[in-house]
Amino acid sequence: MTRTLKPTHYFQKDISNCGLTGFISTAGNLVEGSVIIKSIALMHDRGNGLGGGFAAYGIYPEYKEFYAFHLMYENGMALQLTEEYLERHFYIEHYEDIPTRRTPAIANPPAFKRYFVKPLQTAEYKEAVEFQNMTDEDVIVRHVMLINNEIEGSFVVSSGKNMGAFKGVGYPEEIADFFRLEEYQGYIWTAHNRFPTNTPGWWGGAHPFTLLDWSIVHNGEISSYGINKRYLEMYGYLCTMLTDTEVVAYTLDLLIRKHGLTPELASLAMASPFWDIIDALPEDERQLLTAIRQCYGSALLNGPFAILFASNEGLIGLNDRVKLRPLVCATKDDFVYMASEEAAIREICPKPDKVWAPRGGEPVIAKMNPGVA
Amino acid sequence: MKIDAQGLYYRDLNQKIREAVAEGATEIVLDNVNGQYFIGDGINKPVTITVNGVPGNDLAAFMNGATIIVNENAQDNIGNTMNAGKVIVHGHAGDVLGYGMRGGRVHIRKDVGYRVGIHMKSYESNKPVLIAGGKAGDFFGEYMAGGVLILLDMFSDEPEKPKHGFRFGTGMHGGTIFVRGGVDERKLSQEVGVFELTDEDRQELEGYLREYCNDFDIDYAGVAKEEFVKILPRSSRPYGNLYCPMPR
Repeated sequence: MTRTLKPTHYFQKDISNCGLTGFISTAGNLVEGSVIIKSIALMHDRGNGLGGGFAAYGIYPEYKEFYAFHLMYENGMALQLTEEYLERHFYIEHYEDIPTRRTPAIANPPAFKRYFVKPLQTAEYKEAVEFQNMTDEDVIVRHVMLINNEIEGSFVVSSGKNMGAFKGVGYPEEIADFFRLEEYQGYIWTAHNRFPTNTPGWWGGAHPFTLLDWSIVHNGEISSYGINKRYLEMYGYLCTMLTDTEVVAYTLDLLIRKHGLTPELASLAMASPFWDIIDALPEDERQLLTAIRQCYGSALLNGPFAILFASNEGLIGLNDRVKLRPLVCATKDDFVYMASEEAAIREICPKPDKVWAPRGGEPVIAKMNPGVA
Repeated sequence: MKIDAQGLYYRDLNQKIREAVAEGATEIVLDNVNGQYFIGDGINKPVTITVNGVPGNDLAAFMNGATIIVNENAQDNIGNTMNAGKVIVHGHAGDVLGYGMRGGRVHIRKDVGYRVGIHMKSYESNKPVLIAGGKAGDFFGEYMAGGVLILLDMFSDEPEKPKHGFRFGTGMHGGTIFVRGGVDERKLSQEVGVFELTDEDRQELEGYLREYCNDFDIDYAGVAKEEFVKILPRSSRPYGNLYCPMPR
């Protein structure tokens, strides 16, 4: 199972000025895709047509025990090699083309398929679980990295249970039309409108970025991409999507799933306060934050950002510590909304109970009520 | 006159506003606004524009003499390089308000975001005034070069939050900030100091506050009940010696 990871340091990163929006029904109420489309479409001008994408949770209840692999194929060889790979390693409960609609706005899309899978009890799997202390999730992560890194033209768009990511080159409302998102219902939705400024937009580079059921949409620029990427590579995460946001998805997986940090502490590691502010805190908090910064210095995200990250557990919004990108939140009954602009929330929730702008570095955490999803 | 902005693209809405202003309208009411950018930008006639709904970013940029009344919350970048006129927001507002503003008034009833009053400036009698009735985020008065910033901490949706954020007055080298009820000195930047008001200050401040109270129908006596402090830059060239000491 040991493999030499090939160096991937030659990738350029991308800087973007984008729009994002998302919401969660903490009571698990299902909402049609048309709602999130309306919200992101209001911020049409925050993007430039070179990337749009969505993450949706609760959309595959009939396969909720299976990992839902959304695959993107740039060519037939990629498809063939990937399907052979999947058959070798997974029990595939069901697979199909991801339904799309031909639309003039979307030229030359790659092929999309989805597979609902569980790892097969192969000798390799047993070795991983019994002798390397790996969990099913670890096994999935390793397969995702391998497909992305080693099968040319094949990319795992998402790999979590009961969720999926839909993304590509176009404005988000065009991507939604292409993927027929109005046909899905979910209890968490996030959306992204991309404005890439350093690298050309490509289908894999659109947001969200995902791993297992983590999904990230991001507005900003992660200047610490290089150090974050090298740090993650030590733990077997390979950055293959040519853009900075990818590191956030893998960092969350490492900090929360692997190291057992709470989402609050993981947020403090990624957007930790400045030293002078830490030093002025009460002693117990000072010690905690000092330890977090010392331990996770390489997970610190530098540069301006507003991000939304979601999982089946809930939705979290986070700004960089000096708030160089906008983020507004609102609540209404069992719903929590987060977006780049208040108007994007008002578009789908005209009379929120509360609207506020979170402070830089202060995560806004909306968890699903226990037992509803 | 009334314009229904429901579903109108920002460019079309602003076109209609400009046409109305050119035809001599003095009162324009915009209904069902939601997120349209650039409302009131560059308008140089004394027209009053009332916004019902949440206007988009860059409200009143380069505005020169018009009045905008927002009956809801507003977003980021209000009054960028504004020269004259007034913006009244009855809810809260976002980040980077009054960027490089050089005249006129921005009156926000509730909380404001980060970098409010960034690089405001004044020249002779042209003196911008920005008043926030609630709380403020970090970098209040960043790089401020002139004009007046006032923070009241009276009307907030989040009473549990601190009055103002960190890095207060970073790079400030001109202008004046008045804060009702004092500041948290640990959060001030090194470039600024806290001073008591002089009699002239009190007189000047009263004028600004009475106008503010009038706009929002607030009792002035309640605002004046609490003492204010004045924040001034310690130097007009805070970074003059950053790279190499300069001759005085």
